[in-house]
Amino acid sequence: MESRPRAPMVLEAALFMWMAVSLVLIFFYAPVEAQMGIVQKIFYFHVPLAWNAFVGFLIVFIASFRYLATRDPKWDARALAAAEVGVLFTTLVLITGPIWAKPVWGIWWTWDSRLTLTFVMWLIYLGYLMLRHYVESPDRRAVLAAVVGIVGFVDVPLVYFAIRWWRTQHPQPVLMGGQDSGLDPKMATTLWVCSATFLLLFTVMFRRRVAIERMRQELDAFREEAEIARVEGARS
Amino acid sequence: MLRTAGVVLWKDLKIELRTRDAVSAALVFAILVLVVFNFALGGNTPELRRLGSGFFWVAFAFSGTLALNRSSQLEKESGAGRALALAPIDPAGVYLGKFLANAAVLVATQIAVLPAFVIFFDVPLEVGRLGWLAASFVLGAIGFAGPGTLFSAVAANTRMRELMLPLLFIPVSVPALIAAVETTSFALGDPGSASFWFKLLIVYDVVIVTASLLVFEYALEE
Repeated sequence: MESRPRAPMVLEAALFMWMAVSLVLIFFYAPVEAQMGIVQKIFYFHVPLAWNAFVGFLIVFIASFRYLATRDPKWDARALAAAEVGVLFTTLVLITGPIWAKPVWGIWWTWDSRLTLTFVMWLIYLGYLMLRHYVESPDRRAVLAAVVGIVGFVDVPLVYFAIRWWRTQHPQPVLMGGQDSGLDPKMATTLWVCSATFLLLFTVMFRRRVAIERMRQELDAFREEAEIARVEGARS
Repeated sequence: MLRTAGVVLWKDLKIELRTRDAVSAALVFAILVLVVFNFALGGNTPELRRLGSGFFWVAFAFSGTLALNRSSQLEKESGAGRALALAPIDPAGVYLGKFLANAAVLVATQIAVLPAFVIFFDVPLEVGRLGWLAASFVLGAIGFAGPGTLFSAVAANTRMRELMLPLLFIPVSVPALIAAVETTSFALGDPGSASFWFKLLIVYDVVIVTASLLVFEYALEE
């Protein structure tokens, strides 16, 4: 049994600090948006969650590849952890979005390109997690999940282009967007800090989940060994 | 690889030609969906005609799932799936053969549903645009059969097989669905150009079939 690494504790302490700093920045440093008012503050949660969810799905893709290449269960645990945290973050994106949209757009939901893309991505990875749930053998589960993790991710850019030409209502990306899409420097700073905080949150949750899954894998291996020993003992 | 593909394709087509299970089941189901739409929307003909190609592809997405499930179920029952996995043949060839067979079954279903669709929704078929309609049907069927073949092999290994296939493959085929609806609308006389959607559909088909071809061997192994 490996001893628990110290690093998570340091990360968690840092996360706690960054969360406090982020909240102060969001509510006391960043100015209140002129037209949308206080509702706009949800943007500092919504956007970082969306970016980090995407990081999660990228990790699923890479880990799935590595798993097929190495057959090391470590990579399967990573893919699973990244998918779970990614789906959690996407769920939060899909909840925070409508809370903002109702007062600003007057509607909870619209089939705009970015919303639809997020929703379809959520469905793809929900299918990924359900698939894992319905396969009994751990080795089969890991291989089949990796297949879906790879094809699902390859599909995401195609979904993006299809939906993008289909319709667009979402505010244009405020960073790296067109000329009119400037963001107040104080708001930009807050957004970057919040993104870093959520990346840290992602890392902490990811590491915890990987550790749990590794322990479960180890336990399963012990159980299997015990079972084999029992059957052989009964036979002799 | 091509020889394997040919043999698998011929096997699947022969089964379908003899039983006609997948196409007839999918056809009946698709007609039911079209009838339900009629009732749900009050039978207002101009309205139905405007939304026709959307309904067609919705009916087709669900009935196509039925057809795909049927083909993987047959393999599971007869043990043919395991035999294909154990045989010393190229898995990519197996994928290609099954994919072509599934695409053929889907196109056959579309052709079978078309008359019902034309009658119920008063769809204006123009002779000049029939070529576009055929292209839209074939490219759309490829876009469904590509991931559908891969995911029915994946779903065959799970409990809840019938549920798992649509759950995995409908979100992934969203681009094909959107592009197919747009190209079919165009082929049925919608003004404007559909060249972007045709291009997108072709790109989607190429990318998704290639990706599925490359990972299929992992889904097949036992």
